[in-house]
Amino acid sequence: MTVPPALRHHLPVAVLAALVIAVQLTVSALGVPQYLVQLTMAAWYSLAALGLCLFMGYAGQVSLGHAGFLAIGGYASAAVSTANLLPLAASPIVAALARAGLAARGIDLYGAEVLRLSPWLGPLVGLAAAAAVAVLLGLPSLRLRGHYLAMATLSFGIIVHRVVIGSPALGAADGIPDIPALRIAAGLAVTGRKALRVPNYYLAWLVVALGLELILNLARSRAGRALRAIHGDEDAAAALGVDVGRAKLAAFVTGALYAALAGSMLAHYNGSIGPGEASVMKSVRYVALVAAGGMGSAGGVLAVSTLLTFLSLRGVFGLYDDAVFAAILVAIMLFAPDGLFRALRLPRRRAGPQRAAGRSA
Amino acid sequence: MSDVPRAAAMPAVAPLLEVAGLHHWFGGLHAIDGVSFACRAGAIKAIIGPNGAGKSTLFNLVAGTFPPAAGRVAFAGREVTGFPPHRIASLGIARTFQASRLFPGMSVLENVMAGRYVRGRSGFLAGMLRLPSARGDERDARRRALQMLEHFEMADLAGADARSLPFGRQRIVEIARALVGEPTLLLLDEPACGLNIRETERLGDLIRGIRSRGVTVLIVEHDMSLVMGISDEVVVLDRGTLVVEGTPREVQADPRVVAIYLGEA
Repeated sequence: MTVPPALRHHLPVAVLAALVIAVQLTVSALGVPQYLVQLTMAAWYSLAALGLCLFMGYAGQVSLGHAGFLAIGGYASAAVSTANLLPLAASPIVAALARAGLAARGIDLYGAEVLRLSPWLGPLVGLAAAAAVAVLLGLPSLRLRGHYLAMATLSFGIIVHRVVIGSPALGAADGIPDIPALRIAAGLAVTGRKALRVPNYYLAWLVVALGLELILNLARSRAGRALRAIHGDEDAAAALGVDVGRAKLAAFVTGALYAALAGSMLAHYNGSIGPGEASVMKSVRYVALVAAGGMGSAGGVLAVSTLLTFLSLRGVFGLYDDAVFAAILVAIMLFAPDGLFRALRLPRRRAGPQRAAGRSA
Repeated sequence: MSDVPRAAAMPAVAPLLEVAGLHHWFGGLHAIDGVSFACRAGAIKAIIGPNGAGKSTLFNLVAGTFPPAAGRVAFAGREVTGFPPHRIASLGIARTFQASRLFPGMSVLENVMAGRYVRGRSGFLAGMLRLPSARGDERDARRRALQMLEHFEMADLAGADARSLPFGRQRIVEIARALVGEPTLLLLDEPACGLNIRETERLGDLIRGIRSRGVTVLIVEHDMSLVMGISDEVVVLDRGTLVVEGTPREVQADPRVVAIYLGEA
């Protein structure tokens, strides 16, 4: 109560900013700058986890197909930015794109002339596609509750995975390599190039901080409280005037957009994308991260997600990578359904004296 | 649905709530069999009847929980038959539930603030971006919710986890949550259920207080002492049909009502 409300509202993001800077300085001081690569990737994956946190943690719905949306964003960026339109150069659409500056001629790695679309179209197409798919999937399936919604989203995830693996145009099992950089400004591009390692680290975390801020804003608003009400009791929420279907759809689409943006940025950062991103085990992983972070605690989800994803990307879990995340999910469900932080009794903001009594169903 | 007769003689002032020729089946059970009644603005009206009479079904048909098989429901002169619950709520009909349906994991204050939803306008995007409309709604919700809690002398419990309160308190929080959206009509589903005698007495005073704020109250209740003490009009249901409608005194004196209740016991 000593912290003024305006300050308290921005506290999580301020703490995040301080940590991000401290970690970068520490990593440099320790002489292990290569860690920044995994920390940057962990940031993008955590953005996807935050999106699921909104849908699962706040709105209380289950999605087992979140990786599908990340793959849609990633593959859209990959396909758009690597497509060679030279054979189609005569078509009026391509000509118009070129005149608008959205397509340009260049030379590929092997010296052949190519006509490429602006990489900026990639994330835009990815976000639009993810939103459209989320609406199409959400309209019928968000009427379902519990297991049924889980089944529907699981099936969606499997479909994306199989489509990606089965499509020669998307590189089938090999995925899409040689994805160009996404130029943001002079001296800043989303790319794996060593020289841009530090700016990329900060860019990724800036976007994550923004994503966190938006979710925390929502949590303290009319629409966010409606989501939490739906989580608690759909019928009671509807009786208060909440259009339950619409609110769920908004959360679902927003979560999908978070994942698609993450996928798109990862594709440019890694320079390639493969069907593994769309696998069901990846979806299970996001669920595990959200559950371990404490479902409705965006800050907790971000912390857990960053740590575990970083360890996973460093190869700490070895061949047992997927098994570790699945085991974490099982362990959380059995022993700490409110997440690690609640289980360890770490102080959480707004924790009242009567807090301990309420474990939400 | 269209051949249902309207209330024969329209009174000078149209009733706030009008239910005409309502039917509902659960499988082969004719749960509501042609019930018609009206509820005038500013009244406390009770629906009573033995177990299985169809009270809660009738109540849920008005609240939009499920649409009626036949018949119509009109509110403030407007046809609302078959409207989903959230639209019913946005028109100014609030309700409570039989069992405590407070939102778990939310404080008392947050629960009541959720009840202010109908009076807000800001959407999902405005909330994420913290636009002035969202901040305005938030301030308004907080202020009104606190006022409501003060009114019910529960301001000191604002930060408590709602579901950790004693049952009687939870019931009052539920009523506060329903009232904070300033409804025209409040539907109370067995509000005395699970309360002790003293709590029930206090609930009676509270409901009278709600009426004095200009809110019309429709109450489904088992507890005769509560209903007879506070209601202006009583509807008695039995096996899905309306048996008697009148003042508490008329209803209590009616031999059919006596037969229903004594037969039941």
